[in-house]
This record gives sequence, structure tokens and C-alpha cells, in this order.
Amino acid sequence: MALLSYRDALNQALREEMARDPNVFLMGEEVGVYQGAYKVSRGLLEEFGPMRVVDTPITELGFAGVGVGAAMAGLRPVIEFMTWNFALLAIDQVVNSAAKMLYMSGGQVPIPIVFRGPGGAALMLAAQHSQSFEAWYAHVPGLKVVTPATPADAKGLLKSAIRDNNPVVFIEGEMMYNQKGEVPDGEHIVPLGVADVKREGTDVTLVAHAKMVAVALKAAEELAKEGVSAEVIDPRTLRPLDLPAIVASVRKTNRCVVVEEGWPFAGIGAQVVDGLQRDAFDDLDAPVLRVTGADVPMPYNRQLEKLAKPDAAKVVAAAKKVLYLG
Amino acid sequence: MATKIVMEALSPTMEEGRLVAWKKREGDAVKSGETLAEVETDKAVMELVAREDGVLRKIVLTEGATVPVGALVAIVGGADEDVSSLVGVPAAAPPAPAAGGGSSRAPAPSGAKAPSAAPVAAAPAPATADNPPPTNASSRVRSSPLARRLAAEKGVDLRLVSGTGPNGRVIRRDVEAAGTAAATAAPLPEGAVARAAAAVPHPSAGFQDVPLTTMRKTIARRLSESIGPVPHFFLTTEIEMERAWEARQHLAGLGDATKVSFNDLVVKAVALALRQHPAVNAWFLDDRIRYHGDVHVGMAVAVEDGLITPVLRHADRKGLREIAAEARALAERARARRLTPEEYTGATFSVSNLGMLDIDQFTAVINPPEAGILAVGRIAERAVVVDGAVVARRTMRVTMSCDHRVVDGATGAKFLQTVKLMLENPLAMLL
Repeated sequence: MALLSYRDALNQALREEMARDPNVFLMGEEVGVYQGAYKVSRGLLEEFGPMRVVDTPITELGFAGVGVGAAMAGLRPVIEFMTWNFALLAIDQVVNSAAKMLYMSGGQVPIPIVFRGPGGAALMLAAQHSQSFEAWYAHVPGLKVVTPATPADAKGLLKSAIRDNNPVVFIEGEMMYNQKGEVPDGEHIVPLGVADVKREGTDVTLVAHAKMVAVALKAAEELAKEGVSAEVIDPRTLRPLDLPAIVASVRKTNRCVVVEEGWPFAGIGAQVVDGLQRDAFDDLDAPVLRVTGADVPMPYNRQLEKLAKPDAAKVVAAAKKVLYLG
Repeated sequence: MATKIVMEALSPTMEEGRLVAWKKREGDAVKSGETLAEVETDKAVMELVAREDGVLRKIVLTEGATVPVGALVAIVGGADEDVSSLVGVPAAAPPAPAAGGGSSRAPAPSGAKAPSAAPVAAAPAPATADNPPPTNASSRVRSSPLARRLAAEKGVDLRLVSGTGPNGRVIRRDVEAAGTAAATAAPLPEGAVARAAAAVPHPSAGFQDVPLTTMRKTIARRLSESIGPVPHFFLTTEIEMERAWEARQHLAGLGDATKVSFNDLVVKAVALALRQHPAVNAWFLDDRIRYHGDVHVGMAVAVEDGLITPVLRHADRKGLREIAAEARALAERARARRLTPEEYTGATFSVSNLGMLDIDQFTAVINPPEAGILAVGRIAERAVVVDGAVVARRTMRVTMSCDHRVVDGATGAKFLQTVKLMLENPLAMLL
């Protein structure tokens, strides 16, 4: 096991997959000469050359479309968005081209493409640059949506995403790139669509993905001090969602809190709650509660931003509520 | 929406209540859970609490008056609502008085949370089939899906469970608490309402404690005061032993090393009869009667300067040969003062035999907390009348001493009839 940063784990995944398959190439703003806006592509230009590590102008719609075309022609592009906020400009290519092509060609034209980059809020980047769009993409049939929370998952899931024959929206986190974690040596693959129990517990299930996994784990620590055993389950892939794993956890704990960084309305948590009320109805001892980002554009003010984001205290409070404590 | 406040059954045996004092006046605002009045039940002064928010519009029952459970005592409603139509009309659904037959429904704790959706929720009580809650079509028990599933599995009536969740929601812990209470209380068979004598459970194993009913408590107190700490009474019958004699002869003829004695036959018959009459297979434990699921027969053995009662455990399940061997071994160990405490405690009923000492009949003293003991006299040829003619027959007189706090005359007599039937027809013991 090597201790790697989330950034370096992604870098390893890209390097290994580019070495493994000559059809894999990376394209985006600043991915080559600048080594990546967040240094995820460090060393790749030197190793694989400018034909496979392609710097683009600031033209999200354009290079996303080139990527889809390359995939149609048989390549396996990895398209890096500097952040998913900028990918709003490219969403037509993601939703209307990448996600539809296999269906509209009668199964003749698969689009094995990965769109990747950081999502969610960082710190004081204000309303336009602090958004979580995973619920948007998870809404679309034809797309897979992956949100790794640890370096090991980042590496293993990116490798699976690159090998997948469907378009994959791969959402990283600006605040996670520096986080370190153990990554298994050698070939490390994490299959898409399989949740992971990040902490075992018996009293309440905390469902969280991406940055919120750390928040949920911290909340679980706090709860443990009060004698509450919380289980933290990370779906890792939001579409397809590993609902059976979440249901199995709730069958054990009878109570659930879903945590997400994004907005509450029609969010990922709403989808989880839908599954639970249907498949775990008779196992619920309390309504499922959600902890989400506030239903507002992200404030720039540091204190207001803090209040608008989910944190461990909010998760602890929700967990106590479903446990009928206090 | 105005609601009628009725006299509630605030104790398991309460049939009527006396209104001691109103705590609210007409026109006072009342909140769900607030005390409306103090009510004297057959046991104590309890609080009658509001089940819904509103205004105490009309006091129907004056202080000092006594009414049966279910009778209208007041009206709670909106401040300006017309409640005249409700006054003078009997309550549509008076709460059923709690069953007297050992119901474990507890009195409402004063100040208990009384969610409006669960009219009887103030009493954290398990449901019993004979103890239906007041029906109220407009109310629904709020409960979590898990609580409903667990309640169904445990046979707990959610309407009788006090919900501790928001808005009185019944949640898992409430059902589990009620389930535990139900398991320790004796479930009563259908139709046992208010018939104390019928409230005898049939535990299949272990035991079940049945709290003393008011009637049982009174019997216990009065009879104890009458003739001592254990109020004995005695039942004697004469048993024809011809067939038992023959059976024993046949068994002896088999050449078995272990000889079956008449006492072994008596023990076996008693054990089987106890199985059929669980009301006798019981202990009196001051505030409750413990009905045993197992049959352990104590066998009084005279020792040099006293007597001791070793126990034949599960005697109803043992064959005669086993009983004979065990009885002999226990008696020898008793005389050698080698019995361990486990061997002389835990009997659920006892047999004392003085037949070998030429006693025709006698009365034995009960070994508390057991509820009875059978005193066995000698077998002798006696002149009896059969079909109008005096003939000689081998007979044996037995006298059962009963603890009247547990066993009533008819109960003991029926038990004794079964013992007699078994010994007069030993083949019946094969059934």
C-alpha cells in the first residue's frame, strides 16, 4: 500500500490506462504544458507526447464535442474540465451527444468517453464557482456518474471509467486533491456501481458521497462519543446507484440520514430516500432525513458559506433526530 | 371539534370512579396531557388527563359524585363551539373496563404524556385480546413502519402502546418495551374476563407470574387471617386400588430389578394430574401466583429426626421405572443426608405417604410456597358397597391439603378426581 494524494492517485490511473491502451488520450484546458490546473496530469505530456495530451483553447463546448467525435471514431477520450462549473457550457455535448448516441444509433455507436474535473464548492469562490452538479448528470439516461471520495477510490474508479464503453461523468473535488490515503499497489480497479461501507455501525446509516464522506465520518466519530454507532456508506457511483447496499445497511440500522453537498430539491438524497421508502419501508423506524447544501446560491461571505454547507454538526443533529435522541 | 371526556378505567379493575376534585373550571383552556380532575379508583386517587387541546366547556359530573367507567364527565371543545348537543348524550364509545382476570394493564402514570392520537396511550400497556381499547374512529395510532412490523410479529396491539416519538409516534423502542411487558405478564385466554378462577395460564415451559387480582388478594388476606399464614383446607377421597394392585403385580412379574411401589404409582398419577390441572401446579408468592410449566413432585421422606422432601423433576414425563429408580435413590440419599439443595428444592406440589406406617388417612401441612400436598394413607381391604352388596375391596384414602389463596375447593376437587381416575384405571396413565 502506498500513501498517495487524491491528485497523484488520479495521475497514476491516467498514466496506467494511457500506457495500457493507445486509444486513450487526455484533452482539456492546461492539461499539457501547464501540467493541469490542479496538476492531475503532471508528467503525462512528457511521457505520452502532444498527440495524446492535448491542450485546448477555452472552448468547453468545442473540445467536449471533439471528444465525442473522437469516441465515435473509436478512441477513448478523457476530457478534463477545469471545474464542472465551466462544463455548463459543454452540457449540450455531454447530454445531447454523448449520452444519446448509443441509443439513437440503434446500438451501433458507443461513446467510451470520460468527462472529468472538480465539482462542488471549494472556499470563497462565490455563487458561480461553488456548485455541485452530480444530480443534474445523474438525471440523464445514458450517462454514468462517479464521485470518488478517497485516493484509492479515485484511482480504481477512474480506471474503470476509462475502460467503460459508456460516457462517464467523473466528478472530483478541489478540496480533496491534496488529501492523502492508502492506495493498493499494482493493478487497482474499483467497479462502477458498487457502494462501499466506509465505517460499520448499527444504529444509523449515513449515506454520503464525494467530500461529504469525510463529513459523515467525522459525524460518526462525534456520535460514537455519545454511544451511537453510525454506519457510513458511500455509493461511490451515483448512477447506477447501488441501492441494494444502502437498503441492506438500513435494514440493519432502521434509520438513515443522506448527506450531500448539492441543493436539496431533486437532489441525490431525494433519489436515495425514494429507494428506501420503497425497498426498506418496513424497516424504517423514523423518516429518512437529508442534510444538504442550503437552497441558495453559494454566498461569498466566508461565514455565510460555512453556514450554507453541510458539516458534521448538522449531520450529528439529523442523526439524533432519526434516533429520537434529545 | 368538541370531544366528550368520559370516566376512564384508570386501574385494571376499576369499574367506577368518584370525582374527587376538578382541577380546571369551565372556560379554562386545557392542553393535551394536562390534569382535568382527580378521580378515586378502587385503588388510589388518579389523574384524569385531557386527550386534546381545547377549552373545558362543560362540567357534567360534580365533585364527590361516582359514575361507572365510560360515563360522560365533561366536554372539551372550541371556545365558541355549540356543545349543547353533546351534553346528556351517553358517550358513543365508553372505554371498556379493564379485565379483572390478571390483566397486566397498568394504571395511567400521573402526568404521563397523552398524545391525542392515542386515547389510551397514557398506560404503557401490552395488549391482551380481552382488553380492547376504546375505539375512536377519528384517531389513528401514529407509528413507524418498523414499529408496525414488530408489533405484528410480537402480537402487540399498537393502540395500547405509548408512543415516545414525535406526535406520540410509536417507534421500535416502544414496541420492544411493550413486548417485554407482555411476555412477563400472563396472556389470558379468550373469555377469561372477570373470572379470576379461569385466569390460569398454561405455561408450556418455565413459568408465568400472574399478578394477584383484587379478588385473589382478598381471598389471600381473609383466609390467612382466618386460619394462619397458609390457609389450608382439606379434601379427602377414597380410591379403589384393585386395578392398581393388579398392575403392580404384573409389573413385579416382569422380573425387573427396579420394583415399582404404590407410592411410585401415586407420584405418577399426581404428576399427570398436575399437567392436566395447571391451577394446582403453582406457588403463592405474596403478590402473585406463579404457575409452573414444569411438574416437579416433592416426595416427603422421613429421616431420623425430621423429614425432607426430595424432588422428582419432570415426573409427568418420566416412566414408572424411572420414577421408581429415582425415588428410591433420592430416599436413600435423604436418609444418608446426602441430598444437595437442588435435589430438595423446586417442587411444584408434594406427596406425603404414611401408608407404610399403617395410617388410614391424615392431613399433611403444605410446604410453602407450594399450593398443595397429597397425604396418602395405607391400602387396606375395606368393606365397600358395590351394586348393593357389601364386598371387600382394596382401597386407599388420600387427603389433599390446599392453599386457599391459590386453589379453591372445586379446583382441588377436580384435580383429585383426576388422580382417583388414574389410580383406579392405571391404563389411563398410558394416555
